[in-house]
Amino acid sequence: MSSDSKYILGVYDNEVTLLNAVKAVRKGGVKIHEVFTPFPVHGLDIALGYRMSRLPIAAFLFGLLGTSLALTMQIGMMTVDWPMIIGGKDYLPLPSFIPVTFELTVLLASFGMVGTFFVVSNLKPWGKPKIFDIRSTDDKHIMAIDLSKNKLSEADIKKSLKDSGASEVNEKVF
Amino acid sequence: MTEERYEFTSTAKKRLIITLVVGLAVLALGIVMMSSGGGHDAHGAETAEAAEGGHHAFNWMQRIWANLWINNVFFGGLALIGVFFVAIQYAAQAGWSAGIVRIPLAFGGWLPIAFVLMLVTYFLGGHDIFHWAHHDLYDPASPDFDPILDGKKGFFYWPMSEHPSVPVFWLFRLVFFFGVWYFIFTKIRSLMFQEDEMGGDSYWFRLRKLSAIFLVFFAFSSSIAAWDWVMSIDPHWFSTMMGWYAFASWWVSGLALITFVVVLLKDKGYLKIVDANHLHDLGKFVFAFSIFWTYIWFSQFFLIYYSNIPEESIYFVERWKSGHYAPFFYFNLAINFFFPFLVLMTRDSKRHSRILKIVCPAVVFGHWMDFYLMVTPGTLKDNGGFGLVEVGMLTVFVAAFLYVVLSNLSKAPLVGKNHPMLQESLHHHI
Repeated sequence: MSSDSKYILGVYDNEVTLLNAVKAVRKGGVKIHEVFTPFPVHGLDIALGYRMSRLPIAAFLFGLLGTSLALTMQIGMMTVDWPMIIGGKDYLPLPSFIPVTFELTVLLASFGMVGTFFVVSNLKPWGKPKIFDIRSTDDKHIMAIDLSKNKLSEADIKKSLKDSGASEVNEKVF
Repeated sequence: MTEERYEFTSTAKKRLIITLVVGLAVLALGIVMMSSGGGHDAHGAETAEAAEGGHHAFNWMQRIWANLWINNVFFGGLALIGVFFVAIQYAAQAGWSAGIVRIPLAFGGWLPIAFVLMLVTYFLGGHDIFHWAHHDLYDPASPDFDPILDGKKGFFYWPMSEHPSVPVFWLFRLVFFFGVWYFIFTKIRSLMFQEDEMGGDSYWFRLRKLSAIFLVFFAFSSSIAAWDWVMSIDPHWFSTMMGWYAFASWWVSGLALITFVVVLLKDKGYLKIVDANHLHDLGKFVFAFSIFWTYIWFSQFFLIYYSNIPEESIYFVERWKSGHYAPFFYFNLAINFFFPFLVLMTRDSKRHSRILKIVCPAVVFGHWMDFYLMVTPGTLKDNGGFGLVEVGMLTVFVAAFLYVVLSNLSKAPLVGKNHPMLQESLHHHI
């Protein structure tokens, strides 16, 4: 991580202006780092051109891990290490293992998904979140643009933000 | 938006009639092979054994009755689920489905046909389907006297009757349930069509109230119907999960059929209101309720398996541990759980009609197989199988059911233009 990165911030008063602004700014060749809104805005993810989240893939793999761990544990204990007959069933009573397998699958899938989300979003307890503009938790929509990731000059970006209907254009250095 | 009307073309009619005739021919061929003894099962020895067991000897007619009953229960359930789906949408004030509710509504047109077929099948073949329909079971002087069934006879015949003849109580429930279902269905349908003419939201509010009443009635009637039509085939056996189990099977196959018909109509250029978002919702329904069915199925199976009480576990001994039905048992799980679970898991697969067109018919067939497994081992014992008779009868029913549904669909516009939620459905994004 670079120690000093400069962001240009566009502040928008309502979600309609924001949605149009996102489309206009992207059309002008500006790469948007992220948009912060006080509430979910329908169609924003499409306007921003986000790729589909890969979180479900992580969830599936964690679930698969849960399934295999549960089956390995139960078969290891009840069939291989110390074979036991319970209720007149075989040494490998698969139906009896299903409830535990199901629970561990769900547990690992959900914990794994939450954990993955925390890691990806950099939400560690000791982490310092980047707050671009605290008003995005109140009534302003904030569009953040990473200057180092853009080829356009600072002045051009600021101009296109202003043209797209931003009520303020600010800077922030982290 | 312009009014859309489904046109039931003469080519479509001809195709369905040809399918029906082919089904009948396959069925007839199956009957000929079976009755002449040249079928895939050798009956000779088994017939003698069955006769020895104190029961009637196996007769190929039994297999026809059992098959009729499977299809009656399955397709009657699909028709009922169509009305149930519509009622759910109104009671939940759902907006997304405003453009597609007329498709499940058209399923309801099969209800009177299912009723007549069930009644006829009972009176012609009831003795071959239901063990409890034999009168000597209730006669203490008879060697076939069965004290357990004698204790249950009030449920079939009449609570106080001493000498059972006609199962009045059982037939009363059949007539009563179909009567109320059909009555509310026609009421819902006429209100929906009146809304097209008159507009305004008063119809929507009346439909909501009517739907709520239907759902309350459906809740217990569907469960009791499952005991009457399916569980009573194995009259000594009982399961408190049976109502849910039959409902889950009907419901997910109904959802899959609704999705399939919507996708096919969309391919033909109808239902412009439907886009990937609506398909996604329908796909989620099929995915979720496939898991729900598995949950119910496993809950019934697992408790019986684990507690291992003979009078309960006989049901699964007949199905799982008999070489005869074990392949169907595993197939049932594979096609109704693993297949839709793995294939419909991703977002994209639910949004693409090509995948839905493979999964939905498979799920419908899988649940037909589920009902096959509920009915056949109890009625035919080891004489059951899956051959020309089953394929032919299923084909006949599919063709007839689709014919009725499509001709019902063509009688009114595909989308209710005055539905108050239509705009919400048009702008549905997920």
